[in-house]
Amino acid sequence: MKPLTLDDLAALAARPNPVTTDFVRVQLDTGGIAAGAEETFAAFRAAVAAAALSTPVLRVGSHGRSWADPVVEVSAAGLPPVLYGGVKADVAPQIVAAHLQSGRLIDDHVIAPASGAAELAASVTHLLVLDTGVGEAKTKFFQFSFVEELKRRGLADQVQVARALDLGVYDEGVVVTLLPAGVTYTNVLAPDVARIVEQSIQGRQVLDDLLWKRTDPQVRIVLRNCGSIDPESLPDYLERAHGYQGLRAALARTPEQVIEELKVSGLRGRGGAGFPTWLKWSNTRIQKAEPRCVICNGDEGDPGAFMDRSVLESDPHSVLEGLMIAGYAIGAAHGYFYIRAEYPKAVERVERALSQAREAGLLGRNILGTGFSFDAKIRLGAGAFVCGEETALIASIEGKRGSPSPRPPYPSVRGLWGRPTAINNVETLANVPAILLRGGAWYAGFGTETTKGTKVFAVTGKVKNAQLVEVPMGTTLRAIVFDVCGGVLEDKDIKAVQTGGPSGGVIPDKHLDTPVAYETLQQLGSIMGSGGMIVMDTTDSMVDVAKFFLKFCVDESCGKCAPCRIGGFQMLQILDRISRGRGAAEDIAALRRICQAMQKASLCGLGQTAPNPVLSTLRYFDEEYKAYIEGGPSYARKMARAASGAEPVRALATATTEGA
Amino acid sequence: MSAVATLPTVKATINGIVVEVPVGTSILDAARRAAVKIPTLCKHKDLLPTAACGLCVVRNKGGPRLLRACCTPLEAGMEIATHDNEIVEVRRSTLELILSNHPAECLTCGRNGECELQSIAADFNIRTDGIKRHVKEQPADCSTGSIILEFEKCIKCGRCLQVCQEMQDVWALSFLERGINTRMAPAGDIALAESPCVKCGQCSAHCPTGAIVENDETAAVWAALHDRDKICVVQVAPSVRVTVGEAFGLPPGTNLTKKLYSALRRLGFHAVFDTNFSADVTIVEEATEFVQRFVHQRGPLPLITSCCPAWTDFMEKKHWDFIDNFSTAKSPQQMLGVLAKTYYAQQAGIDPAKLVVVSIMPCTAKKYELSRTEEMFASGFKDVDICLTTRELARMLKQSGIDFLALDDGAADSILGTYSGAGTIFGTTGGVMEAALRTAHHYATGQKLGQVEFAAVRGLDGVKTAVIDVGGAKVRVAVAHGLGHVSAVLEQVRQARREDKEPPYHFIEVMACPGGCIGGGGQPYGVDNERRRQRIAGLYQDDRDQAVRCSHENPEVVRLYRDFLGQPNGTKAHELLHTRYTARPLYKR
Repeated sequence: MKPLTLDDLAALAARPNPVTTDFVRVQLDTGGIAAGAEETFAAFRAAVAAAALSTPVLRVGSHGRSWADPVVEVSAAGLPPVLYGGVKADVAPQIVAAHLQSGRLIDDHVIAPASGAAELAASVTHLLVLDTGVGEAKTKFFQFSFVEELKRRGLADQVQVARALDLGVYDEGVVVTLLPAGVTYTNVLAPDVARIVEQSIQGRQVLDDLLWKRTDPQVRIVLRNCGSIDPESLPDYLERAHGYQGLRAALARTPEQVIEELKVSGLRGRGGAGFPTWLKWSNTRIQKAEPRCVICNGDEGDPGAFMDRSVLESDPHSVLEGLMIAGYAIGAAHGYFYIRAEYPKAVERVERALSQAREAGLLGRNILGTGFSFDAKIRLGAGAFVCGEETALIASIEGKRGSPSPRPPYPSVRGLWGRPTAINNVETLANVPAILLRGGAWYAGFGTETTKGTKVFAVTGKVKNAQLVEVPMGTTLRAIVFDVCGGVLEDKDIKAVQTGGPSGGVIPDKHLDTPVAYETLQQLGSIMGSGGMIVMDTTDSMVDVAKFFLKFCVDESCGKCAPCRIGGFQMLQILDRISRGRGAAEDIAALRRICQAMQKASLCGLGQTAPNPVLSTLRYFDEEYKAYIEGGPSYARKMARAASGAEPVRALATATTEGA
Repeated sequence: MSAVATLPTVKATINGIVVEVPVGTSILDAARRAAVKIPTLCKHKDLLPTAACGLCVVRNKGGPRLLRACCTPLEAGMEIATHDNEIVEVRRSTLELILSNHPAECLTCGRNGECELQSIAADFNIRTDGIKRHVKEQPADCSTGSIILEFEKCIKCGRCLQVCQEMQDVWALSFLERGINTRMAPAGDIALAESPCVKCGQCSAHCPTGAIVENDETAAVWAALHDRDKICVVQVAPSVRVTVGEAFGLPPGTNLTKKLYSALRRLGFHAVFDTNFSADVTIVEEATEFVQRFVHQRGPLPLITSCCPAWTDFMEKKHWDFIDNFSTAKSPQQMLGVLAKTYYAQQAGIDPAKLVVVSIMPCTAKKYELSRTEEMFASGFKDVDICLTTRELARMLKQSGIDFLALDDGAADSILGTYSGAGTIFGTTGGVMEAALRTAHHYATGQKLGQVEFAAVRGLDGVKTAVIDVGGAKVRVAVAHGLGHVSAVLEQVRQARREDKEPPYHFIEVMACPGGCIGGGGQPYGVDNERRRQRIAGLYQDDRDQAVRCSHENPEVVRLYRDFLGQPNGTKAHELLHTRYTARPLYKR
């Protein structure tokens, strides 16, 4: 690729995004690959070649629906692009034969999130049906009913009825989506079948009583390109994702103006602490010492969190672009990606992005002829959780033992190799190009008063659709768990949501309507953290949950300072005693006392926040702790289920099913 | 202190007391000025804060977060509270956590009564084991015979690491593993004796607990003293006379030379000698060597002093390209040992096989030196049998029933007991250089020196350089103390070598410990620069108090050469008083 110029970028910006149809996009991120996406990719290539089709089979990143991996997006003339989930290699030939060759959808794989559409402009070609209720699956029955009804009316050749995998609506009975318009009906009953066929398919009228009017609360800013572009292609990023237009916008301004734009946007650090990004940049910029450095913190380590990995794997150029803008704003010529070695795919793709950018003249001396020089390197983390803490991260890059050091001096004053350094999380940086491109005010239009923009969460645990979710700040936890992710697995009752990873806390059912923001979560005794969100149902023991997270912190403590090193270990001993029914009444007081010492006297965030899972479970579920101490684990579980309002009989039945 | 006054200052309050301190002063130090003591187990005055113990937490303006006083600079307008209810509670819990991870074997510990952890626990009035004890069993490392690492007693404050890595540039100790399993150990989890350790013992002098202690050999000395078949003689190193008093509550720098002579005689030593005497002999040998090289161009320059065994060990391990520059003269300890078993034994008519030479040294590396090479057995026996540190001597004196401070003055025994002022200043950084220059001047010019004091090589700067006029010739000298300061000096010499230029220095003195032997690893606990200065002042005073201030004028030294050795650097002197060095590259196992 020949070096780009500012004019080239301007020309790209002026050009409308090319509309692409006729493709197969296989989502090849680590999650997808683990589920067999590479085999799927090969199978598609083979099937397309065997069928002598010209449809390109493309590699893209993941849009986050990990629960459905491998995920494939298929576009063929006449239909909007359709997502297929659970596409193992053997499904690929079926999709090629049905979708590409005869315009038919295959059963049980289609993911078609409800769009909230309320008009039927074109004739219905496909009808998707899915039972989302709690009872016995009725999907096949309804598919049969629709097919029969269509036959009766002589429409069987014009409309295909397919069983869907996911329609973005949960716990709303039988759900039916009409394509291509995307009109979704919920709680469809048997008598509605004839109405739908007659009025909506034949008459193109929308049935208001069945219509699903809610729209998906998700807003994709960070994940804007994830799953839609090839993460290994710079042209794809440039031509189809406004690539490096944010950088162009930044270079057209002074660094101070760039920082001001960030200030207007209200962007706060997405690594967990929520420090205003503009202030971090400004604090680094005002240092007299040179050279300065920027670091992208990709040492994501919270159990169950995979936001950063996904972004690095699916859209590496946008993180690099963010890093370059940060470099420009603070006056740094050197950047580092600190990525944990457990993310080889992310490392590979960032490495490739760096060499592509270098080749295109986007890294190096005098970038785009603007006089701005910048280059970046990758440094691998060896897997210590604490290296996500910025001073430990710096020590690690410098080749030292990854232990935190006292702040001040903050890295913005004395950071890497003693130079002023700004360290930003992957997600923070991925926001930056969009902010520069569309303006801080646009970004500040999302979110709440104190917490602007969107946040990516990795929702896992006892949830139906474990996946990445990007929602505006201020969305409630309940909306995230139930509306976006489909609610609790096996339709059990929700007990709590754990946010913030091992530094966070549990938020009980009664507080799930709290809008998500840095401050609100803190008030509830948890934190935003980097965005891990673990759903727990009534069978989950809160003592075990506290023990799990504390164990993580005890294992990951660097051992430098006494409160964290010994306090965490001693708390774990106590929790272990309690969970085995060997606890004593005074153990709770001892726990609280050690928690206080750890919170107040630990040197870094790891130690200061490690007691949070214990404190928040004590805060909301102290009865459960007492039950453990008084009667042991079995008694405690029984009491917990009773307390959460689950009927004892049903709880028993659940327990039996679990046993079986 | 006018220099301090001109620095910009900040004003703030600590417990309501207004303090004004130079910008950058930590809250911990600022509090001391307000007569407020903030407890800490990890911050040492010599070292940067490691921020490991968590005891020094304080609060600013009633905020919810606590700050670590050791590493937070006082800022203008701060309102620091150091002892509110929550702070005290947090400190207490943290201390109890530390104690739960400590074996609490105080009664049988080498630091009993002198332990910082013990004394803080007493201050906090800890009366119960509030938290269940968890100490991972780990055998002690006794491999060096000089320093013992009792890993179980380590509180992971990180002082020894900073001392070993930053201050001494030795890099023997490190932290291994993490979390509750974090432990201080020789890097690579090998035996200390196989590590780069040079036995300087600075780790033991800075350790707050009994985790790093000298190898206590007092029992062997008691056994020798009580053995009717043995004749025990003792030597006292230059620096010990101004430090031993600290173990008995006297201020640092108090000169107890004559009480020491009495006390050692009472302990049962047949003869009491002074290492200052052999320091004079060392100077005669070394100054002769220097004049040979400098005036007669016989041998490479710079000449580098070798009387510090930690330094020679360090050189052999890391800077062996300087072997030819090293003075081959043995250290005063070894010279006295060999002379006791040859010259003294002969003159006194004692069978050297029956003679036991005990040395009282400021240093743990001196224990290692006793059998460093075969030259340490030049008398045909082990020249010095047992080496005790100042701390061990203090313990012996306390056990012996001697009321040390009430003793009358005594005298050292001829013929190895008289010393010059030059011998006594061996105990401080710059002292060997100064002593050598006094004698070298005489050897080079044949004239008596008028002004014997060389102020340029005195003081606590890490590296001191000077150009000294010796009979018209300009001698460029460098004095480094604290091994961390050595590499820079040696690098200058290497640079000149590479460029085939004149060496930047003709004579280099190195002492491994900051301050020299008065700051040695075996000295009484609680060393800091203030104490070093006081101890050094004690030695310089002792120098001024001597009628003879140059080694070559010491009458017993003159007699030694006349009656026994012959010429300095002569055949007999070489046989008995000189040694060799071997390159011993690290990690060759």
